Amino acid sequence: MKLIMAIIKPSRLDEVRKGLSSLGVAGMTASEVKGFGRQGGHTEIYRGAEYEIHFVPKVKIEVAVTDELAERVISTIRETANTDRIGDGKIFVFEIAQAIRIRTGETGADAL
Amino acid sequence: MSIHRQKISFAVFSAVSILAAPTSAFAQAAPAMNGADTAWIITATALVLFMTMPGLALFYGGLVRSRNLLSVLMHCSVICCVVSVLWLAIGYSLAFDNGGAAQAVIGGLGKSFLAGIGTQTLNGTIPEVVFFVFQMTFAIITPALIVGAYPERITFPGMLLFSALWLLVVYVPVCHWIWGGGWLADLGIMDFAGGLVVHLTAGTSAVVIAFMLGSRRGFPREVAPPHNPGYVMMGAAMLWVGWFGFNGGSALAANGAAGMAIAATHISAAAASLVWMAIEWRRHGKPSLVGFVTGTIAGLATVTPASGFIGPVGGLILGIVSAIVCYGAVQLIKQRLRIDDSLDVFAVHGVGGLTGTLLTAFLALPAFGGLGLAKGVSVGHQFGVQLLGAAATAAWAVVGSVAIVWVIRAITPIRVSEEDETEGLDITVHGERGYHI
Repeated sequence: MKLIMAIIKPSRLDEVRKGLSSLGVAGMTASEVKGFGRQGGHTEIYRGAEYEIHFVPKVKIEVAVTDELAERVISTIRETANTDRIGDGKIFVFEIAQAIRIRTGETGADAL
Repeated sequence: MSIHRQKISFAVFSAVSILAAPTSAFAQAAPAMNGADTAWIITATALVLFMTMPGLALFYGGLVRSRNLLSVLMHCSVICCVVSVLWLAIGYSLAFDNGGAAQAVIGGLGKSFLAGIGTQTLNGTIPEVVFFVFQMTFAIITPALIVGAYPERITFPGMLLFSALWLLVVYVPVCHWIWGGGWLADLGIMDFAGGLVVHLTAGTSAVVIAFMLGSRRGFPREVAPPHNPGYVMMGAAMLWVGWFGFNGGSALAANGAAGMAIAATHISAAAASLVWMAIEWRRHGKPSLVGFVTGTIAGLATVTPASGFIGPVGGLILGIVSAIVCYGAVQLIKQRLRIDDSLDVFAVHGVGGLTGTLLTAFLALPAFGGLGLAKGVSVGHQFGVQLLGAAATAAWAVVGSVAIVWVIRAITPIRVSEEDETEGLDITVHGERGYHI
């Protein structure tokens, strides 16, 4: 089982969700985060004074899937989150040691 | 709120006594209570209180970072309450009672706790108790304006002591000099609603305490931007509406003069907002909301001393001038002098009030649609009086503020620790969070 974590632009969240839905991915977790990479920060101006804003708002999504689905999930996220501009984000893949459904106690792939 | 009030009161008194007692037109009849005037001033009182609660509170609240929102709301609210009690106890009396031998500089204590003043006591054509509470709302907002100089780093006891002492040491005497029959009133100073009494005193003291307190950590490049520009606009809008009571109510009558003051006030606000927006649009490529509403406040503060003496065209001129002058002042104080008057109290209120006070001498002229200067007074003479009044007001504000900060430092710390400043005053001073994320 793989935990696929992607940091994406907030404006792409809906497209990513729709794309993963059509793959049959049953659920996902999204959180609001801030970060920077090559995009760097930006400057905001209030009353003529410049403020350096180092962090940019992003969304982090996490999807737990079976190994078979992982590659298609990754390519779907790449397609739907891409805007061809710096700041589109990154995908990280983690190995899941165990997964358990809280309500029923099911484990492994049955829990995903 | 000036010598003009006396002219208006006298006109009403004459009209009332002639109508009411045709055989005693020359008798010293007291003016009667005018219901329309009273209703308007009661309303204006509510409008001016609304400017602080919650207008100014929200305006300032949105400008600070999120971890300090509650502390700013507290400052404005607590100042409202402290000033109210002090005003009743001695503030009103020292400002407006006759000081006998000392009348030129300060009033007496004869009206402490409103002694001798009942529901029938009049001040002109309105009950004195209405005048008392109307003036109280001015006394409230003035120290509340200074909150913008020291947010995010002042201690709560320090803020309490500063505001209480400042009211009595700086505000009350200046109020007496200009509106309470003191020396500047005798010289014919024209400050209709508080360009000097409110804005220059608060603005000057703000830059002094900001300097003495020191800058926020990270000033100028690493401070946090306004956390809620939405609150800033909502607060500014409340201030705009409330200002109709501030300037319109200073006519102390429900008449054309009040209407004219409101018209000039509103036009100034509108013009200043647009000009500030245009400046930012040109310099930075984007018209910002925070800048736009800052222009609004600059226009309102600048027209305040002139509002009852000028026409709407005068208001238009003041609005345009105020945005340019105050925008420059913000850059001067923050960028060039590097003084962290955090919410630009001096640049907007101090400089605005000063500009309006000086230009009143010109814009009051009928050529600009104004109501005219006092009989026999030349523009040059009036300008000299305005300048003298401004200089005296600013000087007294500086001296008073420096002394007060020194006194406070001898008693209690006036600035919080670095850790508390980093954590935020809401949680460290007040034990609360404005937002639970």
